[in-house]
Amino acid sequence: MPAVHGGERRWEAEAAPGMAAARPLALLVLLVLGPGGWGFADPPRDSLREELVITPLPSGDVAATFQFRTRWDSELQREGVSHYRLFPKALGQLISKYSLRELHLSFTQGFWRTRYWGPPFLQAPSDTDHYFLRYAVLPREVVCTENLTPWKKLLPCSSKAGLSVLLKADRLFHTSYHSQAVHIRPVCRNAHCTSISWELRQTLSVVFDAFITGQGKKDWSLFRMFSRTLTEPCPLASESRVYVDITSYNQDNETLEVNPLPTTTYQDVILGTRKTYAVYDLHDTAIINNSRNLNLQLKWKKPPENEAPPVPFLHAQRYVSGYGLQKGELSTLLYNTHPYRAFPVLLLDTVPWYLRLYVHTLTITSKGKENKPSYIHYQPAQDRLQPHLLEMLIQLPANSVTKVSIQFERALLKWTEYTPDPNHGFYVSPSVLSALVPSMVAAKPVDWEESPLFNSLFPVSDGSNYFVRLYTEPLLVNLPTPDFSMPYNVICLTCTVVAVCYGSFYNLLTRTFRIEEPSTGGLAKRLANLIRRARGVPPL
Amino acid sequence: MGLLSDPVRRRALARLVLRLNAPLWALPVAWLERTMQSVGLEVYTQSFSRQLPFPDETHERYMVSGTNVYGILRAPRAASTESLVLTVPCSSDSTNNQAVGLLLALAAHFRGQIYWAKDIIFLVTEHDLLGTEAWLEAYHDVNVTGIQSSPLQGRAGAIQAAVALELSSDVVTSLDVAVEGLNGQLPNLDLLNLFQTFCQKGGLLCTLQGKLQSQDWTSLDGPLQGLQTLLLMVLRQASGRPHGPHGLFLRYRVEALTLRGINSFRQYKYDLVAVGKTLEGMFRKLNHLLERLHQSFFLYLLPALSRFVSIGLYMPAAGFLLLVLGLKALELWMQLHEAGVGLEETGGGSGPSALHPPAQGVGLTSLVAPLLISQAMGVALYILPVLGQHVATQHFPVAEAEAVVLTLLAIYAAGLALPHSTHWVVSPQAPDRGWMALKLVALIYLALQLGCIALTNFSLGFLLAATMVPTAAVTKPHGPRPLYAALLVLTSPAATLLGSLFLWRELQEAPLSLAEGWQLFLTALAQGVLEHYTYGALLFPLLALGLYPCWLLFWNVLFWK
Repeated sequence: MPAVHGGERRWEAEAAPGMAAARPLALLVLLVLGPGGWGFADPPRDSLREELVITPLPSGDVAATFQFRTRWDSELQREGVSHYRLFPKALGQLISKYSLRELHLSFTQGFWRTRYWGPPFLQAPSDTDHYFLRYAVLPREVVCTENLTPWKKLLPCSSKAGLSVLLKADRLFHTSYHSQAVHIRPVCRNAHCTSISWELRQTLSVVFDAFITGQGKKDWSLFRMFSRTLTEPCPLASESRVYVDITSYNQDNETLEVNPLPTTTYQDVILGTRKTYAVYDLHDTAIINNSRNLNLQLKWKKPPENEAPPVPFLHAQRYVSGYGLQKGELSTLLYNTHPYRAFPVLLLDTVPWYLRLYVHTLTITSKGKENKPSYIHYQPAQDRLQPHLLEMLIQLPANSVTKVSIQFERALLKWTEYTPDPNHGFYVSPSVLSALVPSMVAAKPVDWEESPLFNSLFPVSDGSNYFVRLYTEPLLVNLPTPDFSMPYNVICLTCTVVAVCYGSFYNLLTRTFRIEEPSTGGLAKRLANLIRRARGVPPL
Repeated sequence: MGLLSDPVRRRALARLVLRLNAPLWALPVAWLERTMQSVGLEVYTQSFSRQLPFPDETHERYMVSGTNVYGILRAPRAASTESLVLTVPCSSDSTNNQAVGLLLALAAHFRGQIYWAKDIIFLVTEHDLLGTEAWLEAYHDVNVTGIQSSPLQGRAGAIQAAVALELSSDVVTSLDVAVEGLNGQLPNLDLLNLFQTFCQKGGLLCTLQGKLQSQDWTSLDGPLQGLQTLLLMVLRQASGRPHGPHGLFLRYRVEALTLRGINSFRQYKYDLVAVGKTLEGMFRKLNHLLERLHQSFFLYLLPALSRFVSIGLYMPAAGFLLLVLGLKALELWMQLHEAGVGLEETGGGSGPSALHPPAQGVGLTSLVAPLLISQAMGVALYILPVLGQHVATQHFPVAEAEAVVLTLLAIYAAGLALPHSTHWVVSPQAPDRGWMALKLVALIYLALQLGCIALTNFSLGFLLAATMVPTAAVTKPHGPRPLYAALLVLTSPAATLLGSLFLWRELQEAPLSLAEGWQLFLTALAQGVLEHYTYGALLFPLLALGLYPCWLLFWNVLFWK
């Protein structure tokens, strides 16, 4: 049993392949275990690439995504590797000790609002054959600077040089969304996969709220976002680049402008749409050396109108319906806004055992008609051992809303299982949606090593679809909670009653009664006796 | 708290208020959407429609359709699991436009802050409570009252608390707080304490039931005023009506209260900044909550904002009242038993076991008819008025609402003719046993009902117990029958309602004349029925199906032959 990073509380589930980490929530752990069995490794070679992507979101907010990739051509699982250069030793030892095959761990605060922000940028790798897979989510786990600092320490340049200079905690936690993650996976070194190298990706995405700090304006600069500017590349990095999304959402070009002007641009199909990026290479002396710092600025030429932002093809919403403390219903709304194409979605729900699901009430309706899922896998919960696992493959008709609902009853917990008195309630982890969403534009297959990092995380298998994994909101459910002061009162009362009754009964039962002669005389007699004793005469 | 401290915001608010003062005939949905979007909220609308069971004459509506607009302020770095609601009912007679302006100003101010840990929903509802009900049902995805509404596009998790705001004019001299909700539900006392704290902090004049708070509790005036306020609260809680939009939130276990800005033409006036600061303070406090409000009382009576009577103190009163019924029932039981024994003894040597069962059997069969008939009257009272309104309007020159009320009264009065039509089924032998058994059943029935009511809505239970119990205990077919009959009629549920209306207006220092009182009574009847159908208020079915049949049983006992 491997040690799983995270809190003391955790629940785990065996899940079918196809789920991995990307993170709507606090903490998400994914571990792939198995015996390592690869061929002999080449002499260790390692390299670091770092990258920052700045994307103005459809809603007007700005997303910044950092990626640091360390790749090491070394056989970590086999031999006792003792010399570490770029790859952090803490993680390397973890891999060799537990024969880890893959690990995705993310800490997230906030919720990626797909409806307004578009599909999430950083997604899980579409990994395949696993021997054994564990998946766990801890909703409501606070992410803080103390999580950021050790994460930064894993970087070869720490936060001294390169892009990581921008990682200033007080700014990063001043955002609408914050997600940091560590992904470890083996990567094939050649086409036949005869040897592998280990890839560590440290990613961090934040979404800056245009309203709060921008005071209504949506123009941005690196300095305003991070209160730092870029000065030099990390000397250990082989590549250090900043990409700025300058795709215009409207048809007329040039809605936004970046300063300084980029030397090169990069075009590709990302998440089904054609995107243009301005590229700034920190190793390019022209960019840094002119002013000794690079403060990228982003200006909207025309203020973006209040028109509704483009709605992504797939988004979802989840909520608890009903009221009262006995029953309820978990409802998930899946929106397919594609005008004419239907596509299937794999929906995975893990529901804690104390919500007793009534599986016969599972209903899936699209456009008022029942929608039969083509595949259902249900694993019932065991009290205090494992949660419900419900996995369904649902075809979403074009331009429709599909409602998946299932009723539940709230269980009564043992009195020690309740959370301490000040609690918000019980959290239900989000459902996971995995889908191949039709692209607007066909994508060409790319060469992994050459393309930017943000592009190589989600390889496109065929050009007409792209893979999306979404997470819905976590839910808060109230369970019937007894009044915990009541047992105390009852105990006190019972104890008092028992003590009084028992005491007097015991007294009555054990005491022997005998008739006592009424003492006559009283004080005078006692006095007389005292005098008699003094005189040596027997008392009266 | 820097709300509206800068002149720009103040001017913006003034513009909003001006814009809202322009005559409008429906909720300016598009404008509200635009404005909420421009302050950075996620804006959604919800349309709803509802056909009332019969025309509502006080609000002049029958076929209602409207739109609710709400904007969600998403808390940064939170996953939308919890939310707070600020709701403002907005109606076409533009009485609450100031509140909408304040809501938008607050939304703009709140949006600029970074400390929110819970989402905040700013909700503007049309057609006051109907809109709120439609929104709440859609938010929780239930359909309790049969309202038709479009599903909600945006949600923000479990609602933790809600504040409803009503400002009747732009000059506010005091803030009144309403806590009584649907079916007498009350919010957690801590929410009220929170309001009270900010009232004191902001130096606002706060009232409860429209009554000023007495500072002096040592002389007689303070407690007397407290008693007045308490009685007003009892009456309002007993009515089971939602006294403000907050009342509907309570069903979903959302702690909520309504704040009403009132212009009572006092010298000191507060501008909206003061009200806004109070609201901001309350929301910031609620935002910091680490748990649902549950530490304080849910069942209480308020003689003043800073004082409350807890359930432990007032419940014994109701308990003792109901004890009367229990003791009376016990006495009757013993009498019945003695009478049975007496019968056996007169029956002679055939043995006690042979005669005992028939004697009891006679008692029970004679009860079936009155019980069934009175219960049937109750069902008729519940169903017929609304069902037969169209028949009534065809045959009589009355409107639907009048038809419903008059049918109600007619059926109610027809119930009084009941004993004359039932005594044919009553067995002639052992007449005393018959009424005693009936009264015994009636007493137990009444005690059970009142007990259950007092547990859920103490005020209602207590009012009914205080009026019905004494007469119920003394009623018997012997003695001064006209006096008993007069007493019984005076303590029937309808008479209690009429009396409560007079008492209520008397306490509010706006006494009613008889004619006005009668008019108000008719309106209250219509409203009671309507509220049952539109919001699920339980007072009407409770009286019609529970207490009225029970009262008829006593009437039956009185006229037993």
